[in-house]
Amino acid sequence: MPVYRGAFGRKEAERLLWRAGFGPRPGEAARVARKGLKRAVDDLVYPPRVRMSGKAPTDEDGAPIAPRDAWGHDHLWWLDRMVRTNQPLVERMTLIWHDWFATSNEGVGSQKWMLTQNQTMRTNALGSFERLLLALTHDPAMLIWLNGNQNTRWDPNENYARELMELFTLGAGQGYTEDDVREQARALTGWRNDWREGLGDVNFRYDANRHDGGVKVIFGQSGRFTWIDACRLCLRHPAHARFFVRKLWSYFIPTPPPAATEAALRTLYRRSGYQIRPVVSAILRHPGLYTGPRMVKPPAVQVAGMLRARNRTVDTEVWSWVSELDGQRLFLPPNVAGWNEDRWLDTSTMRGRWTAANYVALPYALDTDQWRGKLSLDPSKLVDSALSFWGTPTIAPESRQALTTFAATALGDADQSWERAEYPVLIVNALRLLIAVSPDYVTC
Amino acid sequence: MSCSCNEFSRASLFRRSVAEAGRGLPAIEPGMPLPAGSGLDRRSFLARTAGLALAVYGAGKLPLGLFDEGIARAQSAGGPILVSVFLEGGADSLSMLFPAGNTRYHQLRPTLALQPNEGSPFSEDARLRWHPSLAPLAELHDEGKVTVLPAVGYTNADQSHFTSRHYWEVGATDAHLRTGWLGRYLDVAGAMDNPLQGLALSSSLHPALASANVPVACVSRIDEYDFWAAGVWGPVQQRMLDALGTFPPGSSAATRKAAEVTTQVARLRGQLLPFDGGNWGSPVPYPPGRNAFPARLAGLAAIIAAGLPLRCVSVNAPGMYDTHADQAGELTDSLALTANTLRAFQRDLEARGIADRVLVHVWSEFGRRGEENGSDGTDHGAAGIGLLIGSRVRGQMLGEFPGLETGLDNDGNLMATFDYRTLYCSLLEQWFATDAAQIIPNAAGFPRVPLLR
Repeated sequence: MPVYRGAFGRKEAERLLWRAGFGPRPGEAARVARKGLKRAVDDLVYPPRVRMSGKAPTDEDGAPIAPRDAWGHDHLWWLDRMVRTNQPLVERMTLIWHDWFATSNEGVGSQKWMLTQNQTMRTNALGSFERLLLALTHDPAMLIWLNGNQNTRWDPNENYARELMELFTLGAGQGYTEDDVREQARALTGWRNDWREGLGDVNFRYDANRHDGGVKVIFGQSGRFTWIDACRLCLRHPAHARFFVRKLWSYFIPTPPPAATEAALRTLYRRSGYQIRPVVSAILRHPGLYTGPRMVKPPAVQVAGMLRARNRTVDTEVWSWVSELDGQRLFLPPNVAGWNEDRWLDTSTMRGRWTAANYVALPYALDTDQWRGKLSLDPSKLVDSALSFWGTPTIAPESRQALTTFAATALGDADQSWERAEYPVLIVNALRLLIAVSPDYVTC
Repeated sequence: MSCSCNEFSRASLFRRSVAEAGRGLPAIEPGMPLPAGSGLDRRSFLARTAGLALAVYGAGKLPLGLFDEGIARAQSAGGPILVSVFLEGGADSLSMLFPAGNTRYHQLRPTLALQPNEGSPFSEDARLRWHPSLAPLAELHDEGKVTVLPAVGYTNADQSHFTSRHYWEVGATDAHLRTGWLGRYLDVAGAMDNPLQGLALSSSLHPALASANVPVACVSRIDEYDFWAAGVWGPVQQRMLDALGTFPPGSSAATRKAAEVTTQVARLRGQLLPFDGGNWGSPVPYPPGRNAFPARLAGLAAIIAAGLPLRCVSVNAPGMYDTHADQAGELTDSLALTANTLRAFQRDLEARGIADRVLVHVWSEFGRRGEENGSDGTDHGAAGIGLLIGSRVRGQMLGEFPGLETGLDNDGNLMATFDYRTLYCSLLEQWFATDAAQIIPNAAGFPRVPLLR
C-alpha cells in the first residue's frame, strides 16, 4: 500500500484535519504537523475516550436544546458533537454512514428514531461493516424509511431489497437482476412494529410468522434465506469489496484510486473480515490525499469547522435553517442516495455558505464606534487581520491578491475623513465573509 | 418541513443590521445610501429600466455595471421559456389518469383503485378519468391547453430512481453522460454571461440544467437572494459583492467550480436585486400555505413579466411521489397543490399577456407497478404520465394508454407508448427552434411529432 513520504507540515495537517474531521481549532494544524503523518493518522483512527470540550449546546436564550422533540434541534445536537468532540474521525465517519445509508426524517417522522440510528452509525463508525449493515437493516428508522416494516411474506415490499444492493453494498446494476431484487425482498420479510396513538412507531421486532420461509434464489444460489443471509450474500458478492473501497475512498480523495491501490484495499478489507478502520487508515496515509486535487468541503463540515476555528459552541438555533440554505440539513438528505457530492456548489447553496459564515462572524463583527480610526490603511494588513479571524487558513497567492484588490478598491472610495476612519472596519468585516466563500476556503 | 422561525429570525436580524448600519450616520453624512437593495421594489426596478431611478444611488461611485447589464439584457429578452416540473419519486400515472371501472384495474388495486365516479372524464379516451385532485388540469385540458402523454418512457425501463431519472435528465439512456439535456441546449444557444438562462428554483441545482460551458443558476427563492454581511454597508458592501466575482480559478476542478459559482453569484445578485422582498403583484391568487412551490411559480411569472432573460427553468413539484406505502392520502394532497398552482401560474401568465412565451413540461422518472403492494402503496414501475401545459400546446394526446389487459410487461409494469426522447427532440426543434441533433444523442433515431398549435 503506497504511503505518503513527502513533507508533513501545517498545510498537509490542515488538509488531513478537514478531510478526516471538521477542520483545525486555533493552532491545531501546527500541533498536528509536529506529530508527523503516522501519529497524526493513528490518533484519528484510534481516538481517546470520547469527551466533549466546551459549553453544551443551547438556544439564543441559553436554554438547553431538545434534540428529540424540537424542530431543528436534531441538527443542532449533531453539529454540536462535530464542533466539540475529541473524536473527529468517528464523527466524520458517522456523517459518511448517514450519507451512505441515507435516511431522511421526511419519511421517518421521528427525531427519536433518527437519533437512535445516528448512534448506531457512531458506535460502528470504524468497526465492522457487516455489523453496521446488519444493525441498520433492522434499525427502526431504516425499517420505516424503506418500508422494511411492511415487507411481509404475503405482500413483499421491494424498497429495502433494491437499495440494499444498489446503494448500500453493490452499486447500480453491478451483478444483480430484477429477480434478485424480488427474491431479496422475500428473504428480508419478517420485521414489524406497532403504531400507538401519541407515540407513533413503537415495539420494533422480528415476527417469524411474517417471514417467508420458502426457498429463494439469490445471485444464483438457492436456500431458505433470512434477512441475515440477505445481508451476508451481498457482502460476499464479488462486486461488494470494489464497491465498498471505491465509495469509501471517494469521501476522502476526489480522484478514483489507482488500480493497484484499489486491489490492495480490497484485499485489506476482505482479509480483515470487512473491517472499516484499516481501510480508512490506509486511505488517510495514501499519497493521493496530500498530493491530489482539492475537494469541496461538505456544508455541514464547513459550518462545524468555522465554529471550531472560532472556539465557538452551538449557542443559537440559526444553524438548523441555515443548513437548508447551504444544502446539508442533517437528518434530511435529499433522497436515499444521499447528498450529491458533485453538486455541493451552486448559486443557491453558495448563498447558504455565505449566510452561515455571516452568522458565525456576527457576534464578532467589528463595530465602527469602537474601531473607528484604529485599523491600518494598508490593504494587505487588513487581509491578514481577516485571515487570522479564521485561524489563518492556507490561501493561494492569487486569491490573496483578489482580496487585497478588494480592500484597496474599497479604501479608494474613502474621500471624507470619516470614511477613511470607518471603511477599514467595514472592509475587515467584508473580508472575513469573502474569505469564507473563497475557492480556497470552501475546498480543502 | 418548514418553520416560521426561519423567516422570523432572518427578518429581525436583518432589521437589526440595517439599524446598526444606519446608527449615527445621519449625523455624519446625511444622504448615506441604504444597504444595497433594501429600498428597491419591483416598481422602482421598472422605473429604473426607464432610467428614472438612478437617483437611488445618486452620484455615488457605486459600480452599477452588473445591474445595468442585467437590465440591458432584460430589455432585449422575449424568447420562449420552458419550465420543467419534476414529480420526484415516480408518480403513479394509474391514479393521475385512471382506467375507471376497469375490471383488471380493480383486481390489481383492490384498496387503491379510484371509484368509477370519482374525478372527471378525460375527453380524449373514454376509458380514463382524471384524479379528483387534478381537476384544475382537467379544466385547462378542456381549454386545449394540456397535452397528455399517458404512457411515456423508454423500453427496458430501469427501475432505479437514480438511474431512471438520470436518463430523463441527460436525455439519453446513458449512465455516463455528465450534462443535462437542457444544459446542453444552453451550451448551444445560451450566453457566457447570463446565469439566469438556466434557472433551478430549488435549494440545489437540478441535473437537467447541468451545462458544460455556459453558466446556469439556482435560487431557492427569487425574493430572498440577498447577501447580508454584518457590519458592512454602503459602497464597501457593493465593492464586496463585486469582489465575489473576482476569485481566481485555482489549480483544481473544485476551486475552478467554486470560482465559477462565486462569479455567477455576483452576476445573479445584480439581476435579482430588484426583486428582494417579493412583492410580485400577481394578478391571480396562488394557493396559500407554507409550501415553496406556489411562491416559486408566482415569482417566476413576475420575473418573466419583468423581462429577465430566462430560457430553461426547473422546479420540483410539491410532495413525494415514491408512494410505497399509504399512497392515497399523500397523492391526493400533493397532486392538488401541484395542479392548483400550475393552473394559477397559467392564469397569471395569461393575465400578464405572456402566456404564449411559456411552456410547462411535467414529468417523473417512471410510473408505478400495476399491482398494489400490500402496504397500501405501489412499487416502482416503467412508463408513467407526462404533461405539456401552455397556451401554445396542441392539446392532443401523444401516444395512447395501452390498457392493463395487454399493456403491462412481464414485471406487471405499464409499457411505454411514447419515447421521452421523441418529446425532447420535438421540443428542442419546435419550441426552441434548435436542431436536436446537436443535443440529444442519436436524435435521428427518434420521430418528431407536432407539439404546438
